Amino acid sequence: MTAGTGPTTNEPTTNGPTTNGPTTNGPTTNGPTTNGPTTNEAVPSGRPGSPAPGLRWVAGEPVKRTLGLVAVLVALLVVGAVTRPDIFGDTSKLWQNELTVLTLASAIGIVTVGMTFVMIGGGIDLSVGALLALASVWCTTVATQSYGVGGVIFSALAVGAGAGFVNGLLISYGRLVPFIATLAMMVAARGLAQKISGSRTQINHVSLINDLASEKILGVPYIVLVFAVVVALGWVLLNRTTFGRRTVAVGGNAEAARLAGINTRRHTVLLYALSGLCCGIAALVVVAQTTSGSNTNGDLYELNAIAAAIIGGTALAGGRGTIVGSLVGVLIFSQIANLFTVNNLPTETQRIVNGAIIVGAVLIQQFRLADLRRRPKLST
Amino acid sequence: MSDVSRRGLLLGGSALGAGVLLAGCTSNETKNDGGQTKVSEGKNAAPGKNVTIGFSAPAADHGWIGAITANAKAQAAKYSDVKLLPVDAGKDAPAQIAAIESLIQQKPDAIVLLPNDGAQLTAVARKAMEAGIVVINLDREFSDPAASFALIKGDNYGMGVSAGHYIGRKLKGRGDAVIAEVAGIDTLQLTKDRSKGFADTLATYGLRVSNRVAADFTVPGGQAVTANLLQAASKIDAIWNHDDDQGVGVLAAIKQAGRKEFFMVGGAGSLDAMDHIAAGDTPLEATVTYPPTMASSAISLARLAVQGKGLDDLVELQVPKLIVLQSETVTRSNVDRYRPLGFKS
Repeated sequence: MTAGTGPTTNEPTTNGPTTNGPTTNGPTTNGPTTNGPTTNEAVPSGRPGSPAPGLRWVAGEPVKRTLGLVAVLVALLVVGAVTRPDIFGDTSKLWQNELTVLTLASAIGIVTVGMTFVMIGGGIDLSVGALLALASVWCTTVATQSYGVGGVIFSALAVGAGAGFVNGLLISYGRLVPFIATLAMMVAARGLAQKISGSRTQINHVSLINDLASEKILGVPYIVLVFAVVVALGWVLLNRTTFGRRTVAVGGNAEAARLAGINTRRHTVLLYALSGLCCGIAALVVVAQTTSGSNTNGDLYELNAIAAAIIGGTALAGGRGTIVGSLVGVLIFSQIANLFTVNNLPTETQRIVNGAIIVGAVLIQQFRLADLRRRPKLST
Repeated sequence: MSDVSRRGLLLGGSALGAGVLLAGCTSNETKNDGGQTKVSEGKNAAPGKNVTIGFSAPAADHGWIGAITANAKAQAAKYSDVKLLPVDAGKDAPAQIAAIESLIQQKPDAIVLLPNDGAQLTAVARKAMEAGIVVINLDREFSDPAASFALIKGDNYGMGVSAGHYIGRKLKGRGDAVIAEVAGIDTLQLTKDRSKGFADTLATYGLRVSNRVAADFTVPGGQAVTANLLQAASKIDAIWNHDDDQGVGVLAAIKQAGRKEFFMVGGAGSLDAMDHIAAGDTPLEATVTYPPTMASSAISLARLAVQGKGLDDLVELQVPKLIVLQSETVTRSNVDRYRPLGFKS
């Protein structure tokens, strides 16, 4: 009765995400490679909705959304060019400045990639900042450093992924709401980080890690390359693999995804483990940048990552989002911070501007969405 | 099915192995730093009446506060006649007020209190004084002098003055010098005091701060603002960084940018900063102290106050009401003398 009406009323809303699949040629490439039956079942559910009119705007929308964000980024650069022409007008200085922006965006950017996956999958991960802190502390203890660079990298990644895995288990099999489970992890992981470090800053003496931030290849710091690789892998994973299509399906409508044969519980566990792994990678970046590990690392990263993902077009309710959008979102925040410092402006104003940007970006996107929805109605 | 279980077995096994490996990685043996506590050798050292001292400081979130708590405990352990009752102060003023309330119930002889916020803790400190407990106010001042028996604090304005003098002497007569300041948390009064002392002193040399950024006393914060600062100013003559904890990040950013045309002065006096000053391997030439050893001194003051003794070398029979510590300038020439006082950040 009530259970019966639930899925049927949900059906129209799922049509969006599921038709999303066909448009970005998910099933056509994925279908043959892995578990054809699952995707084949998903396709009929999208067929009755006559994809032809819907198809056009669904395909274009994320791209337009991202282009809008890129325009914001360009506008910020123009502001820079007007206020500090000596930096933004000089090619080599501009290059150095933008490298700094990219470097400072690396850690939060990597965290945001993981966050984007979790959010598209319909969840939220509040523990990312604390996991970053925990991984950074764990991988810089005296004992870990004695194992050399391998020990440092291994423990950062294993701690991050392990804690994320626990998050996933609690949510999938413990039936905890993601908000609660990751909130608990946020508090506990931060506490464990404090306990291990004794609330002290642990200086990292493993020079190979520190070199990631200070050494460059073709003028680009290694951590920026790490950032680029994570973003590229994230994009491929989301757009070109079954895992990515399943993530969108689970986030769009978990029940429909389950009926279509996706093991939603296991998939959710993997999503949170992936987010944790990203925190581990980001921890290594932070350790390299700051030459130290500390329980205060990653403060408020959860909110910054969520904010970047949201202005990048990721839906808080799940089922929608892009890696490129999140990337541009992160770059916008990093560029604003840079603009304020190069213009010698106080940080209080910067926070106000950041708040305005979040609201503004989401408002703009909603207006566009409404416009685009109206148009197909008029044409039919 | 068998495929899944084999995969599960493999995953479980590797997870277990990883867990065992990781568990071995949490040890963090640190050397005990020697010079942070001291028992005088005069007549005051002789054990007297047994003293119970309650202690409350904000939860340690960075090296300096961590050193405060560690020093208080270590100093108390050096006296055979002192029993320390440390209470966890939690994260904010209301939590600390609750902790002090429960401490008052235990009727210690004295309370050494580093408040989260001086003004917010004044009422509860006065209540303790009225209950006959000697309150020693540590560092952050109560809004009412009657709320404490004695106050021992660092000199924030003086830090700025010391840093200003060091930079001023070196850049004297160069009105166009680019001087940058990396402040701590900008909303705190102590940050404003430090910046004011710095600006006032630089002005006496005809100099001024050209670029000012504020971090948050954390290493990543120091790294991020400095990375941007170095982009904003293509040539700098001197940098004053308020806090050696965030200084780890400031130095990292300088190294990553490959800049070395300037010199830098730190703040607080961490062991790491002193090591860099001694080695001369970074632009960090000096640091101005804000010593967490004040916690050790506060414990000694509390003991003397309860036992009714004065300071050995002073004529008065009681401990002084107000002690403001010097902000000393540690340079390469005197760093060896100060190193025992350096705290592990």
